[in-house]
Amino acid sequence: MTKAVPAWVRSLIPILSVLMVLLAIWYVAVAPMNIRVALDQAERAGEVVVPEGSVVRRDISVWRLMLDNPGVISGGYDLDRPRLPTPAQVGQELWKTTGEMAMKGRAWSKRSLIYHAWITLQSTLWGFALGTSLGIIGAIAIVYSRVADMSLMPWAIISQTIPIVALAPMIIVLSSQMGIDSRGVPKAIISAYLCYFPVLVGMVKGLRAPDISQLDLLKTYDATGLQSFLKLRLPASLPYLFTSLKVGIAAALVGTIVGELPTGAISGLGARILIGDQFGTPLAIWAALFMAAILAGLLVSLLDGLQRFAARRMGLKT
Amino acid sequence: MSAVGFAIMFWLGAWALNTWLANSRWRGTRTVRIFVPALFGIALLVVWEDSVRGFDVSPVILPAPSVVAQTFVASLDILWIDFVQTVIKGAISGFAIGVTAGILCAIAIDRSGFLTQGLLPIGNFFAALPIVGVAPIMVNWFGFDWHSKAAVVVVMVFFPILVNTVAGLRAADALQRDLMRTYAAGYLQTLFKLRLPAAMPFIFNGLKIVTTLALIGAIVAEYFGSPTRGMGFRISTGVGSLSIDLVWAEIAVAALAGTAFYGLVALLEKRVTFWHPSQRQ
Repeated sequence: MTKAVPAWVRSLIPILSVLMVLLAIWYVAVAPMNIRVALDQAERAGEVVVPEGSVVRRDISVWRLMLDNPGVISGGYDLDRPRLPTPAQVGQELWKTTGEMAMKGRAWSKRSLIYHAWITLQSTLWGFALGTSLGIIGAIAIVYSRVADMSLMPWAIISQTIPIVALAPMIIVLSSQMGIDSRGVPKAIISAYLCYFPVLVGMVKGLRAPDISQLDLLKTYDATGLQSFLKLRLPASLPYLFTSLKVGIAAALVGTIVGELPTGAISGLGARILIGDQFGTPLAIWAALFMAAILAGLLVSLLDGLQRFAARRMGLKT
Repeated sequence: MSAVGFAIMFWLGAWALNTWLANSRWRGTRTVRIFVPALFGIALLVVWEDSVRGFDVSPVILPAPSVVAQTFVASLDILWIDFVQTVIKGAISGFAIGVTAGILCAIAIDRSGFLTQGLLPIGNFFAALPIVGVAPIMVNWFGFDWHSKAAVVVVMVFFPILVNTVAGLRAADALQRDLMRTYAAGYLQTLFKLRLPAAMPFIFNGLKIVTTLALIGAIVAEYFGSPTRGMGFRISTGVGSLSIDLVWAEIAVAALAGTAFYGLVALLEKRVTFWHPSQRQ
């Protein structure tokens, strides 16, 4: 019987069960997280709750409050501004701001998460393109020039130990002073900064992957430097490239969202999180977070698919 | 404009010297290996300094490195308070909690093959997510002080460590485990004498990734509310009040802290995993 089930289905079973358990833990955690807010709301609605006044309740543990007010617990699962929303609430909010708006033809409205995800995606892709090109060019320079290797490589490592968020507000000030009005540019620079490093390291490894005998063989063919680069080093580096591209695109998305958070941006998923924080609408924050997660998943799986396709075309085993 | 001319000359001279050194017969020595990148960094600073002077850039936009250095020295007390608040209280405590939790969780789920198969892809997925976004939620849950910053850091640090430790615990091969069994070693003995040491290169790989994440998390969380100290607070208010030199001094502190933190982990790695091929000379 079990042999008839394909391997990828069997590998899904543990993942799905773990996901179910995580969802269950989330549901259970909603009760203690929201009990105080629920009690405040119930008290305002005129219900009798056991210790009266939210100031008095602050010193009592949530478990005690739940024991004393079992009737109010369910209220915690249906709050407008919960401390921890239920998965269903997040799902509803996500659907309301994506699918439902898209069906009404308002996918590009400023209140739709599709619009904000698109803004974030644009900056991410620009940053990814910029970071990847920088990484590849840097790797070629490092592989072919010893002086670049010795001077650049230590600084590339140091650059990643500098928390870019500290620089983010400065990059935005600088680019606006230099007359760049578009908010996309500083975001793209930040995401390129986070994304170039994995590509650089992966490509240096990849371009150095061919061993001496292979390089020597090309020399016996009287191949020029360019030929041995295009026909040997570049193809040999492709598996490394794709692996680091997957890390890089995730880093680029992190960079864009970090770039949107502290800067008073008005559109983009990071800005939705910021606005949700300022207006006290936790559901908007959670929906934007999940949208970002979906976006990250899509981008990484897209590159994964590309990697498989390229590997098959090149006759490599995956 | 002569300052810019000097900057270009200095840059070319430094590059020529580096090229000569990198191809000289001393290129393998320790001194040259440190001197070459150091000269590259100094050349960058000189170009920055002289371009700011030469083009008369307003200090509100980009202060010269010398001005930043003066501000750095003059406001050491503020910088120290911010350093303690953000790095020591926020980042390091969150880092310690997150790393401990990640390693313990990995050891726990490693006992069950089912859990490992289920959690590893999920952990990998979470490790790729922009988790910094939870910062406002954590500030809402744990208040403005450093606890919320540490909480953000814990969440950011947890998944990369979990994934790397689980991978590391599988690194000891069947032959080695069989050997332990012939010694009649129990689970704990095998864990402490074989599998954890064998996992150390992987764990340190995770630790190195996570050092920067810890600082990023601690600083971003401060943009969402903090007491009136901390590096993120100083940077966001500094940009608003145009005290850009202080902001750059904070950036310098962040850079130094990040590099020192990473260096410390790398040093520890060298001590702990001295047996690994990548550490041998």
